[in-house]
Amino acid sequence: MRALCWAGTDELAVREVPDPELRNAQDMIVRVRRSATCGADLALLGGRTPFLAVGDVLGHEFLGEVVEVGPEVRRHRPGDRVVVCAAVSCGACWFCRQGLFACCDNGSTGPAVTEAAWGQPTGGCYGHPGALGGFAGSHAEYVRVPYADVGAFRVPEPVSDDRAVFASDAAPTGWMGAELGGVGPGDVVAVWGAGAVGQLTAGAALLRGAERVIVVDRHDDRLRMVQRHVGAEPLNYRYVDVAAELRERSGGRGPDVCVEAVGAEAEAPGRWGGGADRPLALREAVHSCRKGGTVVVLGTWTGFVDAFPLGAVMNKGLSVRSSRQHGQRWIPMLLDRMARDELRTEHLATHRLPLERGTEGYALFRDRADGCVRAVFSP
Amino acid sequence: MALAVLAAGATAVRALVVPRRAGWPRAAGPDPRPGRWQVVTVAGRPEDVLPTGRWPEPLRRLDGAVELHARPAPGGRGTELAARPLRGEAALPGPAAHLVGDDLGLFLRERLRQVKQLAETGEVLRADRSPVDRPEAAG
Ligand SMILES: [Zn+2]
Ligand SMILES: [Zn+2]
Repeated sequence: MRALCWAGTDELAVREVPDPELRNAQDMIVRVRRSATCGADLALLGGRTPFLAVGDVLGHEFLGEVVEVGPEVRRHRPGDRVVVCAAVSCGACWFCRQGLFACCDNGSTGPAVTEAAWGQPTGGCYGHPGALGGFAGSHAEYVRVPYADVGAFRVPEPVSDDRAVFASDAAPTGWMGAELGGVGPGDVVAVWGAGAVGQLTAGAALLRGAERVIVVDRHDDRLRMVQRHVGAEPLNYRYVDVAAELRERSGGRGPDVCVEAVGAEAEAPGRWGGGADRPLALREAVHSCRKGGTVVVLGTWTGFVDAFPLGAVMNKGLSVRSSRQHGQRWIPMLLDRMARDELRTEHLATHRLPLERGTEGYALFRDRADGCVRAVFSP
Repeated sequence: MALAVLAAGATAVRALVVPRRAGWPRAAGPDPRPGRWQVVTVAGRPEDVLPTGRWPEPLRRLDGAVELHARPAPGGRGTELAARPLRGEAALPGPAAHLVGDDLGLFLRERLRQVKQLAETGEVLRADRSPVDRPEAAG
């Protein structure tokens, strides 16, 4: 089959690779219809991830059609249109049973690596091959889906592919951002980053009854999108003092919930990013947040961050929460909301390309060129 | 026989003591102390995870070389299953040595995880085959 492979630092190539095969009884094979780029892939693309090998297939947000099921798969059959959670989780361990699917004990084939890096193994993720999970990515014609009954969800008839593909990762991540922040009626919420996750966090906060939601970014085209499609307030940090502006828009208190949806790889080098040592958006979130408020870290971070404003966290009584998304918990609810038109995501797919043009799609996505929020590939 | 299943209640006082890591976190690497217990928590009761007198796969081949304990985990989290080399040695004796790389702790951990996966999900999760395994698929 054809797949978009890592070909070396900052290099991608569409190549012929082996078709995936059933490797476990709970596996199924999905023929990909849509596969979206994601900021988390940029760390892989830049070659800063150990164990990534030339020829590994990238991508973890996808939707497709079931073509083959293993003997232990009960909920799916060939022909089903499914969206697959980007996180690979077993559904059976203690963490999964608590709804902490991203923390799954059994979702990775290389748990020793994350245990060494972070002290505990975490669940798996597609497109993090080698020792970081062991699963080929979705920028391909076919994908193997382990624990198929746990991670794949039938897409309701009225929901389009272009909408539902965001239920794989960006929408559950955004929902989690609002949930970890405990966002409720009357809250003022600020979100750093107007990418797909930031926009969907803002949308989730509004669905949960937030009074005001403000999204901070540097790109006017994205901020216009936030205003038009999400109904949140834009704030361009190139023109205004963010902390002062947020204080003014929240009665001098500061937002109740501040969500960082930027990550380490978004803008390197620039005001935000330039490596994990400059978490500028996160610092601004901590600084701006009201006393006793909650700061949620949603961006993808893998290593260490110094110059973190711990003094502000402690003296203002902040809660800092974070996770990779526990999508299995929210995807059915998000699909229902999509079917009812409460949650619209297709505008995020600013660039739709055939898989063959995957390299170009990533260049657009990485450089934020041509108003690119997400490139979505179809094999 | 080194196999011992500790049920809840009175016998639990005999439960193994897992040494706590003290001091500052260190860089990742092999633990310098030989014979450390490797422990995983497995969903299920001790008598299901480690039935009396029977070693779960894939630890069976290490019978006689490691000791194995199971005890209920606090808070209803299942069973704490622990293994360490007999006599606290860093290397395994005899044929078992052939099964192990040079890091016994890592090897035991990996085996315990497989026991856990089998008990919890019914299978050991396998990685996708890398293109390198399949020379016919040169790019
Ligand atoms: Zn993603
Ligand atoms: Zn699990």
